[in-house]
Amino acid sequence: MGGYGDVQCIDENGIRLDGRTKDEVRPVHIETGVVPVADGSARMTWGLNDVIAAVYGPMEAHPRKIQRQDRAVLDVRYNMAPFSTTDRIRPGFNRRSREISKVTAEALESVVLTELYPRSKIRVEIEIICAEAGTRCAGITAASVALAHAGIPMTDMVVSVASGKVHDIVVCDLNKEEDNYGEADLPMGILPNTGELVFLQMDGDLSPEQFQEAWDYNMVAAKVIHEEMVRALKGGDE
Amino acid sequence: MSGDKGAGGPRGSRQAPLLVAPGDDLGDSGELEAGHGVLAINGRLRALKQGRMSNRDGTVSIEPRRTAYVPRPSDLVIGYIEGCTSNIWFIDIGAPFNAILPMSLGPSKAEFGGIRKILDIGDAILCRVQEVDENHSSVVTMKGMGLRAIRAGSVEDIDPHLLGRLIGRGGNNLRQLKEDTECRVVAGDNGRVWLDGDLSGIIDARDRLNALLTEAKVEEYRGDA
Repeated sequence: MGGYGDVQCIDENGIRLDGRTKDEVRPVHIETGVVPVADGSARMTWGLNDVIAAVYGPMEAHPRKIQRQDRAVLDVRYNMAPFSTTDRIRPGFNRRSREISKVTAEALESVVLTELYPRSKIRVEIEIICAEAGTRCAGITAASVALAHAGIPMTDMVVSVASGKVHDIVVCDLNKEEDNYGEADLPMGILPNTGELVFLQMDGDLSPEQFQEAWDYNMVAAKVIHEEMVRALKGGDE
Repeated sequence: MSGDKGAGGPRGSRQAPLLVAPGDDLGDSGELEAGHGVLAINGRLRALKQGRMSNRDGTVSIEPRRTAYVPRPSDLVIGYIEGCTSNIWFIDIGAPFNAILPMSLGPSKAEFGGIRKILDIGDAILCRVQEVDENHSSVVTMKGMGLRAIRAGSVEDIDPHLLGRLIGRGGNNLRQLKEDTECRVVAGDNGRVWLDGDLSGIIDARDRLNALLTEAKVEEYRGDA
């Protein structure tokens, strides 16, 4: 039970609170072009998560001290709307959003060909409209689609997904209850075309076997989410 | 993924375009050449942008749906004055960086302190990119035939990669637009289009421009352009 309460997240048949099996991903839908004034944008609904990502640029980097002579910098801002959770969030940057902005920028920098735009800046805004669980994963994934939509050259798109451990059972794509009452989670950023890893965090403890199981779930889930990303980009909801 | 749908083999001649997304596998780099928007990574050709793939005699390229304008020397562009010093104007040409227009390359010389009497902030100009350095800083000039300050008409923005559709094969579409609306139409390489003429003609030209672009986008998304 994770030791934090009496919430039963998985029944004896392996069915989770939202009716999914342990290897199932929440419903994902992505559309592009949702922010007309941006150079590229995407909206992602993933379970109850609702995320909008908008990309502006490349543009001149200001202040000048952040400019890099050989490449562009990615200026990522992850923000949760005050109304995105049941408890109101104080508006503005906090330690958590700074951390997520940083890891998102680093994950995306590994695929964006920043060297094509020296001294410039690519601004990525991620706004969480409704949060269930896994908003950092949804933010990274939506930002990837928005960057592709903006025509920024990338070697691949980053798909981020988290698996974790609930009642000593490894499950794919944690929902809110599993995130709150579970024992561990493992968010990963994956390049689906090559299977490379660009981002990994772990909160809690997993045995090597559980880690491997969570890893495998994430790899399979990444393929499912990537199909939806490609559909959104090729199908065009504009 | 498009790469799984048969984009892999060598192709002799031009084939129907295929929609691709960044990272899609476009084939073996030993058999195909990487063109625009394509990169060879670990022996495979990978798409760098979202767009339409085409294969012309073994060279795989991508025509992106959206792209940032990157200036090149001799490009004809329409810019807006964003700022100035005593002898330089800073021009927004829709690129990541503002271009500069030195007074020596401007329309005329001004006395010290009088630069804004010639071109003021917010003015639109038709100019040509003279040089671009390795850091993408560019210099534009207004010395040349037809280059001028834009004092009348309307400037419309379109995506730079859609200019080809606006102009058409051999300039047919652009010529037709000019004839039908009796307007002067100047298409800048940075995706800005200057429409000048009677008000009704400008409105008609603007409507036709929007219709053309909407149609182009719909075709692109259907993948049958």
